[in-house]
Amino acid sequence: MAVIARDPSMPTQTHAEVTRDVVRTITEKPSNGYYILAGTMAFLVLVLFGTLGALLKYGLGLAGYSPPIMWSVYITTFVFWIGIGHAGTLISAILFLFRSRWRTAVYRSTEAMTVFAVMTAALFPIIHIGRQWLFYWLIPYPNQRFLWPNFKSPLMWDVFAISTYLTVSSTFLVIGLVPDIAAVRDHVSGWKKKLYSALSLGWTGADSQWRHYTRAYLYLAALATPLVLSVHSVVSWDFAMSIIPGWHGTIFAPYFVAGAIYSGIGMVLTLIIPLRKVLKIDHMITKYHFDNLAKLTLFTGSILFYAYAMEYFIAWYSGNTFEQTTFWRRAFGPNWWAGWTMIICNAFVSQLLWFKKIRASIPALFVISIFINIGMWFERWVIISMSLTNDYVPYAWGQINPTWADWCILAGSFGWFGLWFTLFYKNFPIVAIQEIKEMIPMSRRDPHPELHG
Amino acid sequence: MSTTSGVLGAFDHVDDAADAIRELKAAGHKDLTVYSAAPQHEIEEALGDPVSPVRMYTLIGGLTGCAAGFGLTIWMSRDWAIKVGGKAVAAIPAYVAIGFELTILVGSLATAAGIVILSMRKSLRGRPYSPRFSDDRIGVFVPCSDADASTVASVMTRHHSVEVTRDA
Repeated sequence: MAVIARDPSMPTQTHAEVTRDVVRTITEKPSNGYYILAGTMAFLVLVLFGTLGALLKYGLGLAGYSPPIMWSVYITTFVFWIGIGHAGTLISAILFLFRSRWRTAVYRSTEAMTVFAVMTAALFPIIHIGRQWLFYWLIPYPNQRFLWPNFKSPLMWDVFAISTYLTVSSTFLVIGLVPDIAAVRDHVSGWKKKLYSALSLGWTGADSQWRHYTRAYLYLAALATPLVLSVHSVVSWDFAMSIIPGWHGTIFAPYFVAGAIYSGIGMVLTLIIPLRKVLKIDHMITKYHFDNLAKLTLFTGSILFYAYAMEYFIAWYSGNTFEQTTFWRRAFGPNWWAGWTMIICNAFVSQLLWFKKIRASIPALFVISIFINIGMWFERWVIISMSLTNDYVPYAWGQINPTWADWCILAGSFGWFGLWFTLFYKNFPIVAIQEIKEMIPMSRRDPHPELHG
Repeated sequence: MSTTSGVLGAFDHVDDAADAIRELKAAGHKDLTVYSAAPQHEIEEALGDPVSPVRMYTLIGGLTGCAAGFGLTIWMSRDWAIKVGGKAVAAIPAYVAIGFELTILVGSLATAAGIVILSMRKSLRGRPYSPRFSDDRIGVFVPCSDADASTVASVMTRHHSVEVTRDA
């Protein structure tokens, strides 16, 4: 019988094939390329911690801090990595609540990306505070003089938002992994069996376990959904609650959330396009999934386009000299190239995705994803650091002067993120075995029970 | 090695397994354990178990987190009262962010704890298991005495179980 139409969201494999294909990604001997990749990431991690050691010894003078630009590359990179995480939660939690079936093949990799991106982001406020060994002052703990933090500050809201985000996204990832680790446990031997047995926490897929698991997963998704919207809103308020021209905008919360999801999908594309080839799972993550990811990119990119246009419009329409000067300098000031990089990479490049041919071309999507990553880092740099270069008094205006310590920490953050992700995809199921199986109807002796009662 | 005596049947077809479960439950076997690689609605319906009480953990956790978020911020602000930014000493609108985050945090952790606690309520230790159940088969284990074993096995066989084993 010839197939004339098929739901592209449906997997084409049987239950046994799903297990076999995903377990193979873990059990197959890593290639030389894997070791080179992991080694490069480990080297960058050494660069990160080496530079951090120098910062601890000599202080933040090594970084490009000079008044009035006291929030520079580190805070820019913090916001960049936090934003990356948002696509993961959107795909794993929000699209789960919408019962969007295409998410199933890609959500595990995006969820892992979320956790590692937030782990990376969380390093930056600690690096930035200067006296890193006193980071625990951010947390309200019973101290000798019973001094408490200022909870009216958005920076304190951020401490709670980021630590909640890291905890909840890690919990969500681990809970989703447990049934899949059990499936791996049943297909490996030796020390690996012992390891995965311990990590599977006694999971057997018994009805009593599924009964609580499916409900709990639903509630976790329901809790993670408002969380993802709140986290980048709180991050945006770190800026919008102040009166710096270029920061003080009511549009910031939705603008930042859309930008975060946009940047996160960019990173998802950068990661899974090569990954599906390397792990030979391109029959599971297909052009259909990339088309949907591209549509999400187009949607969030269009919101960004609107937000960028509104920022310039409001600056002009407000009649406020300081706002107008800030936005004039973004486009035509000393760092005009950064301002235009942000606009071209985010607002304009995303519009290419209106064309189906581009959405269907995997190489084109990969190139676009690189533009998104670059554009979104620059967006944060333009908003955060460039706004600080010119506030109210022209006498106090300054220039951004990043140093080697800034660039080494930035490069090292990619190594830190990349090393965690590289280790994860070779040791844990990168595609959700259980959820894929849930989509494949189990075989029935009677395929049409409705026909005879 | 299993220690609970009973009969374990493996099924290739979900409707066969569901039919077997219905008949076994009707015959008075309440303490069944059904293994599957993914949740199956047909099996859930056949078992007829009530909705998981894990939602109570989520609710209580969320409410506790919310109370803790507002309680912590209000109490600490009043404990060392300093006016900041012309706002009230305990400025409730500014504390909504922290109250919200702690609602989510404690609600999520309580939900995760709920899975662990509730799953531990029914001990599966000593019940037989096969690696095929995490792959593509459904397993039904019925704890029963030697006297009932042959009846249970015949129910499973009648419903096309591909493998029936007796665990003692």
